[in-house]
Formats: sequence, C-alpha cells, structure tokens
Amino acid sequence: MKLELHKISVRELRFGETTKVAGGVLSINRDELKALLLEDSALSGVEFELAHPGDKTRIMPVKDAIEPRCKLDGPGEVFPGFVGPVETVGEGRTLVLSGLAVLTTGRLVAPQEGIVDMSGPGADYTPFSRTGNLVLVLTPREDVKLHEAERCCRQAGLTAAHYLASRCKTARADTVESYEFPPLREAMGAHPSLPKVGYVYMLQSQGLLHDTWVYGVDAKRILPTLISPTEIMDGAVISGNCVSACDKNNTYVHQNNPVIKALYGRHGKDLNFVGVIITNENVTLADKQRSSSYAIKLLKMLGAEAAVISEEGFGNPDADLVLNCVKAERAGIKTVLVTDEFAGANGASQSLADSCVEGTAVVTGGNANATIILPPMEKVIGDLSQADVIAGGFFGSKRPDGSLEVEIQAILGATNELGFNKLGAYTI
Amino acid sequence: MAYKVIHYINQFFGGIGGEEMADRRPEVRGGAVGPGLAFNKALGGQAEIAATIICGDNYCVGHQEEVARLITDTVAQYQAEALVAGPAFNAGRYGMACGLAASSAEAAGLPSLTAMYRENPGLEVYKAGAYILPTTDNARGMGQAVPAMAAFLLKLLSGQKPGDAGTEGYFERGVRVNTFYPEVGAERAVTMLLKKIKGQDFKTEYRMPVFDRVTPRPGVRNLAQATIALVTSGGIVPKGNPDHIAASSARNYGAYEIGDLMDLTSDQFQTAHGGYDQTYANQDPDRVLPVDVLRQMEKEGKIGRLYHTYYSTVGNGTAVANARKWGEEIGARLKNEGVEAVILTST
Repeated sequence: MKLELHKISVRELRFGETTKVAGGVLSINRDELKALLLEDSALSGVEFELAHPGDKTRIMPVKDAIEPRCKLDGPGEVFPGFVGPVETVGEGRTLVLSGLAVLTTGRLVAPQEGIVDMSGPGADYTPFSRTGNLVLVLTPREDVKLHEAERCCRQAGLTAAHYLASRCKTARADTVESYEFPPLREAMGAHPSLPKVGYVYMLQSQGLLHDTWVYGVDAKRILPTLISPTEIMDGAVISGNCVSACDKNNTYVHQNNPVIKALYGRHGKDLNFVGVIITNENVTLADKQRSSSYAIKLLKMLGAEAAVISEEGFGNPDADLVLNCVKAERAGIKTVLVTDEFAGANGASQSLADSCVEGTAVVTGGNANATIILPPMEKVIGDLSQADVIAGGFFGSKRPDGSLEVEIQAILGATNELGFNKLGAYTI
Repeated sequence: MAYKVIHYINQFFGGIGGEEMADRRPEVRGGAVGPGLAFNKALGGQAEIAATIICGDNYCVGHQEEVARLITDTVAQYQAEALVAGPAFNAGRYGMACGLAASSAEAAGLPSLTAMYRENPGLEVYKAGAYILPTTDNARGMGQAVPAMAAFLLKLLSGQKPGDAGTEGYFERGVRVNTFYPEVGAERAVTMLLKKIKGQDFKTEYRMPVFDRVTPRPGVRNLAQATIALVTSGGIVPKGNPDHIAASSARNYGAYEIGDLMDLTSDQFQTAHGGYDQTYANQDPDRVLPVDVLRQMEKEGKIGRLYHTYYSTVGNGTAVANARKWGEEIGARLKNEGVEAVILTST
C-alpha cells in the first residue's frame, strides 16, 4: 500500500467568505461549516473560536483534537465509518492541513476532558499550543443523553476536520511525504540483514466513554489485528475517549502516530518495520488474556524479533501492557514499552499499577500527578468552572485570581503514551 | 556575596558532650562550629556557614516538630539560602536528626543535604525527602565527606537541577522528577529498542516497581453472626460530595453513616469518581456499593449485620503511599469496632 501525504502548512486561521487556503492562511466560512454540523439533529448549537500559538487563551474542557485531512484520490475517504464509507483507506493521495487542529469543547461529557493553554507554563505540556486551532464550542440538544452527546461531539470534530481539508483540494502542497507498506511477501524478504520490528498499538477500550473506534467498530469488539500504518494516517482509528486528558490518544495523535513515524525513519537503515498490530484494553481478565495472546501471536507470525508496545491510559490498562510485555519477551521478542506514570504529587509512589521483571526497557511520558500553576488567561474558551471536576484538578484548583492549580494530568496530551512529546521522567 | 548556609550538628560535634548530653535542648550559635570550619574551607568563599544549630540527638528525635520549626525560624532569622546537616556517619539517632533537618529545610523550599553511612537508619526514613550523600561508617571519613557535600551544596545553590543518583553520587531517593528530553518519546523508544536488539547497554527510563503481596486471611467461620463492613474505591459519596474527594488522585477518604438505610438512591448518593462513566453509578449507587444486597442478606440471616458506616475514596491514579496509609487507618478503625470482614468494591 502506498500513500502520499500532501501537506499544506497553515500558520493562521481567519473567518472569511470562502473556506480556502492561500499563503499559509486558512479562511473559514463559518456559516457553511455551521450549517453542515447542524445537520446532526442531536446538536442544537455550535460556535467557533480561533486560537493561535502565543495567544493568552485557555481552552477547556477539550474533548478531542483532529488534524484536517481529506482524500485527494485513492479508495474511500478519511475517517472511514464516520466521514468516509467503511472502505479500506491508506492508499493514493491525502491532503493534510498541517500546523492546524480542530478542537472540540462544550458541555462536559465526563470529568475527563483537558486543558489547552496557548501560552504560559501550561503551553509547554500540550502539543496543541503549537497548532493554530479552530475550536468548536458545541451544545448538544437538551434532551440528548450523555452517550449520544459524546457521539455527536465526536462526529462534529471529524466532520469539521474533513470539511476544512476538502475545501482546499486545489491548493498546492508545500511538501509531499510518501509512505509505503509492501505486501508481506516482499516485506519478509526485504532487508535480510536488519532485525524485523513490529509495533503493538494498544487502544483504550475500557468503555463506557472509554472508546476507540476502528473503521467505525468499537475497539472493544475487535480481536487484535494487522493494520497498515498508512490506514492509521487516513484516520482508520479515531478517539471517542473521555479518559484523563494527559494520556488519552486523541484523533490527532493517531493520525500522526510518532511511533510509526520513528519506525519509518529507521526502516531500511537500522530495522525492517514489518507491521502494526492494533489491540485493545478491555476490562475483563478473559479479554486481557485473549487479546494479549492474540496480539503476540500476530507478532510471531510476522517473524518480528522486537517490538515497541505503546499503552493508552493508566491503572487498569497497565495490566494489558504487562501481559503484552511478558508474552512477547517469553516468545523471544524483545520489547520497549511506552507508558506514563502516576507516582503521586511528590513522585515517591509506584508509577504503575502492574509490573513484570521482563519489562527491562521502558520509555515514560512523565509523572501525570506532578502539579502546575496555570496563570490566569485573558480569554477562556469553554467553561473554567469545570476545573474542579476535571480529572487532574481537585477541589480548590480554581484560585481566586483566576489561576488554576492542577496536576498535568488535566492538560491535553501532556504525558502522551505514543511518545508524542519530549516530556519524560527520571529518578533522583 | 557568599550564600548563607545554616549548619545542623549534634551535641557531640558541637563540642558539648557525648551520650550524657544527648537530651540537650537546641541552641543556635552565629558562625561555624566544629565540622562547620571544614565546610567553610571547602565552600571556598562561594558560601559560608552563617549559623550553627546544635541539638542533642535524643532531644531532636523526641521533639521533631519543635526542631523543624526552629530550623525554619533560624533560616528566616539569618536569611539563609541553604542548609547542611551532619555528616552523621553511622550514628543512628544523629542520622535521624540530620534527615529531619535536611528534609524540613527542603520542604520549606531550601537547597539542603546531609550525609551518612549506607546502613544508618536515618537513610531509609528520610531519603525520599532529602539529598543524602554516602560517608564511611565513622568520623575518620570527615575529610572525604565534607568536600563532596560542599560541592553538591554549591551545585544546588547555583540553581542547577541535579542529575540522577548514579551520576551525582547521592543515595537514590526513589522520587520521580519530570524533565524534557531532547527527543520525543517515540524516538527514544526506537533508539532503546535497537540497543536492546544488539545487546548493547541501554538505560530504561523507569525501573518496574516491586509490589507488596497481601496473603489472604482465612474465610469468615460464622458469617451468620459476623458484622460486615463495606469499603469502596468506587467513589460513592453522599450527594454533593461533602468531603470534596477529588475525581482523580484523591487526597482523602470519607466515612459515611448509612444508619438503617435499606438502599442507596440517586437522590441521596452519587459517585465522585472521574475514571469511569458515572451514568450507571449515579442512577443506582448500589451498583458500586451494594447496600441493598447486604441488607437483603442481613434480613435472610446470611450475615450478622451490615456495619453502620462505610468508607469511600476514589481509586483513580491515587498514590500508593496514600492508599496504604488510608487502608491501615480504615482497617484499624473497623477492627476496633468489632467488624469481622470487609467487602472491598472497586471499579
């Protein structure tokens, strides 16, 4: 499978009469986008806000972040099962508006939505302080129940992201990146002197409201399966998560999965990147055992001698991480685990809820319990009063001067477990 | 201008006396005393001992709060910028005192450190809260200890973030500190994996923890006579969450009387938990804390009675140290009350 990403760099967003991109500026026709989103009868209102890097703006609670993409050609359309038909994606050409994200906010879906500060100390912790953001402030209809509200907010973000890209199809790309995932027959024979390396990509599926979707299928209902990294780039995996903001994989980080990027970067030089296996993190022991056995079996079938295993979430999924690690290592497959930590505000507690001696190589996204003071901002998009109930905030976290004292757990993407950030931790 | 440092020492190194003076109350003297003179030399004019606190070891161990207060007061009085304690070598009570001094000063935001022998009991107690450098087991090692302590103190005073324990030479504190690495995590992971494949040395960013294992108690013999309590980490609290138990990383737990309630209803109870979908717990809190089922069993004579109070916290990213402490407290209280068994519900 071969996919070209045609990337147009966007550094500024504006509202305008026509949705188009020119000279690094994306103008957005609000009325057209609003009408499109309100076709979903579960939504009663949507407002738009813009936020750029350096703005004295706080956005909260943020549910998801999505990078605008659409197909230029090739089968299907991005976000299959949500925007595109359930047709296989990952081939042909895809347009990307890079440097840009759609953020969804509005009535709190659950206590687990995040904070994005566009400047100040909090900005260092979220990837979305470095993107120009179109913020959708969404109001589901009053009679719409919680799970339906989550669905319509999730859909609105994907629809808007696709809409923006699809109005820019005639613009010239600044850069073209090409990714190829050969048929197994070729992949197995390629680079015989290099180690075959796989990627076990764990998807949050603890449900309810802890859901990831694969081609429109709830990931808790899948068996682990092989997927082309190019399908991931086309949005085959999207987030429906309302877990703690710091380490949920929002749709944007799925689209730009850094493990896939890093493995491609060394492919043919230091290693032979032979495949991506998506697996889930269900809550019952039988599911955990079945999925970990099946995922590692797929690694063995690929002849992988080593694998990166990335987690999503914390606590209960630590058990899935450990099972995957133990089963891979016992099968002779060397592993590196990518996780994050809940070591307490003072950093002195155990960081994980499960452990194994086989886990000798761990990369961490940092201690999510570390606290930070976020100074007041000139503008707040969303609802500041939610700080007390957001996971990572605690009662008293909103201070009289408008500043917030929170754990970095509350910051969107702060301790990302795909290894999206530079943040990590060490032991003193 | 040299940085001003407070030095904490015991009665022996303060020249007051040996064991017979170990109950001596603390005193503060301006300038350096005893080993402080060697510190001043090793600090090379960049920092100097502004005052010395001399305290009997027994007194310090028996009056920890008072001594900690004296330390912060002395720091304020001399406008000191750092504290050094000891070194304590293998003197057990002195090690405890030095650990207390260094950790109190650090908690007050001051660069601080002490030093002691690896088997000093003060090490285990205070290593998480203070930088502790290694020394020999007796005072003959003073000549090595002081320059090492002085150098590390100057590093802390300069505002440099110390590296890990292996690099800097202090006893590992077991405390995780966030840092920004030059590369993103995914690149670090692939680099580490390639080293692991090749059999080269690599350094994990986190050593997997070792857990406590709890041996299960034997079953309750006579359930029909037993008082059973409910304890949950599922966050069930009276409506309004009166103790403000946080949605994640809880800092407290609550004890709530249920009296003769037969059933938890949505108008009186809710969950405070932020780690799961609250819908179904809020609709019927018995789903997390099964008061209704236990009342039924009580009626049927299957259990003696349901204890009148339940304990609740939110188990969501909660620090293990907190969980352990609360578990011990709750267990002790229930045992005192004659509760024979506890049903723990989680989510």
